[in-house]
Amino acid sequence: MTESRHTDESLPVIARFEVRHRNYLAPDGSIHRRLPAFASDTRQLVRLYRAMVLVRAFDLKAVALQRTGRLGTYAASLGQEAVSVGVASAMRNEDVLFPSYRDNAALIWRGVKLEEILLFWGGDERGNHFSGPVQDFPFCIPVGSQAPHAAGVAYAFKLRKQPRVAVCLFGDGATSKGDVFEAMNFAGVHKLPVVFVVTNNQWAISVPLRLQTASETLAQKAIAAGFIGEQVDGNDIVAMHAAAEEAIEVARNSRGPRFIEAVTYRLGDHTTADDAARYRPTEEVQARWKEEPIARLRSFLAGQKAWSKTDEEQLSAECQQHIDAAVERYLGVKPRAPETMFDHLYAELPRAYAAQRRELEGND
Amino acid sequence: MPEVTLVEAINLALARAMEDDPNVVVFGEDVGVNGGVFRATVGLQQRFGSERVFDTPLAELLISGLCVGMAAQGLKPVGEIQFMGFIYPCIDQLVNHASRLRNRTQGRLSCPMVLRTPHGSGIRAPEHHSESTEAMLAHIPGLRVVIPSSPERAYGLLLAAIRDPDPVVFLEPTRIYRAARGEVEDNGEAMPLDVAFVLKEGRDVTLISWGAMVKETLAAAETLDAEGISAEVIDLATLKPYDEETLLSSVAKTGRCIIVHEAARTGGFGAEIAALIAERGLTSLLAPVARVTGYDTVMPLPRLEQYYMPSVDRIATAGRKACQFS
Repeated sequence: MTESRHTDESLPVIARFEVRHRNYLAPDGSIHRRLPAFASDTRQLVRLYRAMVLVRAFDLKAVALQRTGRLGTYAASLGQEAVSVGVASAMRNEDVLFPSYRDNAALIWRGVKLEEILLFWGGDERGNHFSGPVQDFPFCIPVGSQAPHAAGVAYAFKLRKQPRVAVCLFGDGATSKGDVFEAMNFAGVHKLPVVFVVTNNQWAISVPLRLQTASETLAQKAIAAGFIGEQVDGNDIVAMHAAAEEAIEVARNSRGPRFIEAVTYRLGDHTTADDAARYRPTEEVQARWKEEPIARLRSFLAGQKAWSKTDEEQLSAECQQHIDAAVERYLGVKPRAPETMFDHLYAELPRAYAAQRRELEGND
Repeated sequence: MPEVTLVEAINLALARAMEDDPNVVVFGEDVGVNGGVFRATVGLQQRFGSERVFDTPLAELLISGLCVGMAAQGLKPVGEIQFMGFIYPCIDQLVNHASRLRNRTQGRLSCPMVLRTPHGSGIRAPEHHSESTEAMLAHIPGLRVVIPSSPERAYGLLLAAIRDPDPVVFLEPTRIYRAARGEVEDNGEAMPLDVAFVLKEGRDVTLISWGAMVKETLAAAETLDAEGISAEVIDLATLKPYDEETLLSSVAKTGRCIIVHEAARTGGFGAEIAALIAERGLTSLLAPVARVTGYDTVMPLPRLEQYYMPSVDRIATAGRKACQFS
């Protein structure tokens, strides 16, 4: 903060605000504070663990495909897997997800097939006609512009008195955009069933958080919109799942929107088209590796005797098999006929464009 | 049949759509208790409740973005932008989401929304309240752009826009909101969204216009008629997609074509029509295609706006010139 004290402190204080921070597991996997109820079932934690390991392995494969010319630009979620998995695992099927372009893990959790994600990043819209919940939104590429959609969907739920929740993920850069605040402000006014989650991974491509905002936290941005913002250790999957579960239930029970700031770190490049070494020191990244979410949960589970080296080897082999099969299916998808670029432009192609479609016919 | 103004016809269509379909919701700045700054939504909140007709915070981007989310959930949102000069924060949502959601998801999600906004000048308003930037919108694939020029067409086209399964920007000619009066039967009948209206048949020259300028264009046609020049007048009504065939067959008949719009000339929608005629109607032309448009200037404040706008005189002169050419 630039100035912490008011010039005239004799003026009465009319409002005070606070932001809470949630964290259970320390970076070494030890317990900071008493775990929430769900975490007493280690099978549940193992499910979350497996989802994070799968997406990390999948990201590695996707980057390899991109490097060998078999995939387009790809945004890996290395280091921030706990955010997407923690949030998606707290949702119900009938809720609606609004993912940013880095939330592969959330889509996978909700049933989108790996080959569908590859198909999208491989340059084919059919990847968005996916096997996840039919009302889920696709990856949003213009930063933060999906936040008003989430508010609109939540308004529809409220109007129809449906106990469903819109869950919207975006990055720290998005909090600088009007889109996000306009959506949050509206959600606050109408107490809409929507949860906003900012994945604060410290970097918006090359721009560090300190150049996005002078706020002490991003969570406090919710206060101006009239609802609770909570800061969560985004590398602690237990905290992420618990925070998301609580926020989603509050929203579902008509008690209004919630905002979660998930503090994490993007360990990799912004996308395959980026080289993070250009703008941040290796030492910073190395230090952050000590806090990453997967090793943290593994240490905890191992300490609980709920995870062994054999389990790890088995999981690793399973993931590889799963991914290899998906890659094979992805690579086997033939491009669609060129004229089909007209087929979902409108519900029915206006006659004015029929000739243009014909021009493309027979060109494949 | 009762005679109503254009803005009353808009109100009738909104009420009819809300009555027929519980998914229709209407929102924007001041549309609730106040009934809209032009009274287009007057009485709707009392009749349909404050959940289906509501005031939004003062945030245009939000209004268009809410439309996208609601539409994807099967609602039929009708958002209002108070003046076209304030629609620009919505361009991101229109270009990047509304017009593409269906294509992006290959039909899994769609965006049946309507964004209404008053269009054009002539009401002696402050800056930003007289814009006619329809060509910007007509350039967006996946969108529909509609602009009525009479109460009857305002009613029929707005109903069609609301029922359409794709996003529609519905431009309302501010200058003739109350000046245009006509009989409208509130029968729930929609009009097609890609058919131009031949308002007056003629043999010698085709005058094409849309929105409020249709009024001056019709007046110019009368002037020409009195001089023995038979002018055909077409209200384009839908800019995207637009009715190429009606325009081409008219020009094939008359051999002369004048396009009238109040928007600035360069890159205006008249350029698109001129290009269409050059590509597909050149051999029937007896004279060069002409455009009578606003100038390539910033829309002037009210003291000069009458000089900016195409006048009956300018349109008639262009018609005469075309006929003198051959």
